[in-house]
Amino acid sequence: MSTLSVAIRGVGLLGPGLADWAGGAALLREPARWRRTATVVPAPARLQATERRRAGVVVKASIVVAEQAVAAAGLDAASLPTVFTSSTGEPANCHALCEALASSDRLVSPTRFTNSVHNAPAGYWHISAHSMQPSTSLCAYDASFSAGLLEAAAQCLSSGRPVLLVACDVPYPEPLHRVRPVADVFGLALLVAPIDGTASSRLATLALRVGTDAPATACDDAGFEELRRTIPAARALPLLQALAAQCSRRIVLEGLPGMALQLDLG
Amino acid sequence: MKPLAISAFSVVSGLGHGRDAHAEALRSGRTGLARRDFETARLDGWIGVVEGIEALPWPAAFEGAAAFDCRNNRLAELALRSDGFGDHARRAAARYGADRVGVFLGTSTSGILQTELAYRRRDPVTGALPADLHYPETHNSFSAARYVRGALGLAGPAYVVSTACSSSAKVFAVAARLVALGIVDAAVVGGVDSLCMTTLHGFQALELISADICRPWDADRAGLSIGEAAAFALLECDPEQTAAWLLGAGESSDGHHMSSPHPEGAGAIAAMRAALADAGLQPGDVDYLNLHGTGTPNNDAAEDLAVNAVFGDRLPCSSTKGFTGHTLGAAGAVEAALSMLALQHGLAPAGLNLRRADPTLKARYLREPLRGPLSVVASNSFGFGGSNACLVLGSAMGAAR
Repeated sequence: MSTLSVAIRGVGLLGPGLADWAGGAALLREPARWRRTATVVPAPARLQATERRRAGVVVKASIVVAEQAVAAAGLDAASLPTVFTSSTGEPANCHALCEALASSDRLVSPTRFTNSVHNAPAGYWHISAHSMQPSTSLCAYDASFSAGLLEAAAQCLSSGRPVLLVACDVPYPEPLHRVRPVADVFGLALLVAPIDGTASSRLATLALRVGTDAPATACDDAGFEELRRTIPAARALPLLQALAAQCSRRIVLEGLPGMALQLDLG
Repeated sequence: MKPLAISAFSVVSGLGHGRDAHAEALRSGRTGLARRDFETARLDGWIGVVEGIEALPWPAAFEGAAAFDCRNNRLAELALRSDGFGDHARRAAARYGADRVGVFLGTSTSGILQTELAYRRRDPVTGALPADLHYPETHNSFSAARYVRGALGLAGPAYVVSTACSSSAKVFAVAARLVALGIVDAAVVGGVDSLCMTTLHGFQALELISADICRPWDADRAGLSIGEAAAFALLECDPEQTAAWLLGAGESSDGHHMSSPHPEGAGAIAAMRAALADAGLQPGDVDYLNLHGTGTPNNDAAEDLAVNAVFGDRLPCSSTKGFTGHTLGAAGAVEAALSMLALQHGLAPAGLNLRRADPTLKARYLREPLRGPLSVVASNSFGFGGSNACLVLGSAMGAAR
């Protein structure tokens, strides 16, 4: 089985009671101090006023975490290929379109239709970053984060260049919430880079192996474990906790059945 | 990249089921588009509808298959049955191991039609959706890859790329990387996008649908015609047979606008150049280019500038959207399949429905099919969000390269 080895050079985070990576990392290390409050999604500074008005929650949350990871790595956003992964896309937009299409006049807002593409966060990011670098947007249902990490690591090793990975999920409004419950907004970004240069430029190294049938690593803390199980993007929490703790650890991230990702952090 | 063998492929569109129907249409210039309505959508335009979707007895091919029953997965099933594709993929699974064969598919709307229909049947009191809506198996973007993986008994990595109309071109690049890195030995790639209310009414709202049949590269072109389609290709590291070769793939972003292309085609230029560099080829090595060519005034104009910047004005090229309509998330894989048919049959297809050439467009657009051996063809796919991809494909004869 092949191993993909990459470095993590920056992290972004946004979730319930987790405003950003700087503050969130401390809470991930000391879960007793974490209080679960509804995720607050700030308006990303890099979006212009018109785009901020048009963009949905998944776009804003994705851009917020992406900005954190890029800033932490000290890299130019315009130079970075990107991988965006989401299980649900933009739920409120999807609901509004389905309602309009079930009405008698079927009048669809052109902006809503444009924003309905799964790669809307990628599109807004590359526009705001003035980036012409390649971008891929993925979905693998509950395994969307591990699929994104595999794709980002594969791109990084194929090109020998850093890749920005962004994962984000947003709850559906009713009635879709009942058929696809997602607990709250959760987003994270990882700056995935080749292992080169000095150890000081990276937070950790990851040796990634695809295809274990070992059970996914759970979070020790019951509150974080609840997040992990109820938001697809939060399946990354055990990895985020290990990155926050700066420790060597083996983690299994949920994938498709028999296709979990085994990560050795160094 | 090291050339990667494409050992089998299949395609289903408004032109019919399978490669023979498509090759015949490319030869004869028959369109798969018709002026008709879809479901309850009254349309002032032409669409490409796949026949036989409703009549297909839904297979209980694997445990839980019943929940996957929707137009999009039915369309996928038709393409698995065409050209013996499913059997080829199952043989690859037997040879490499089911967990060594990945599934990477492109779709823009997956089976969202199922949810659109369910919204008409909400509980009048609670607003709840009907209990027979199976969201994970139909609506969710991943449903297409999950269905195909289950139907073929594959157990390797799988995900869906959803970057609008470049989706199923980009999956070729995904698979090539994962094969090169030794993560998988083979991959089923492709695209599946079925007609739904979201796209039919959405493109109408954007005023991008032509009331007339789509006329790419025509001076009077007025927008696109939408079609549904599915196409699959089997990529293998160690094939027993070869239908064509994936020689290179290039990807880029416009970083310009969510729904309009960069006016000078800057992103398209970057994708085509990246694809040539990936293949280790010069522009002059390409014999035919399958254009994205949707037939909207702006898209064709921007692509024409890009093609001229990369290839000059001598490269024979055409859009096959006049045959199939714009098949959106399936377009990349469908046009890769048509490009492979062009290689196999030595026939660069003409673009259909061109009455009056646009004098401002400079590319060498084919109004008649060009017959003669082809060694290398390229195919462009561009999508909303400024997502661009270009594939370079080589003939089976080029195996010794």
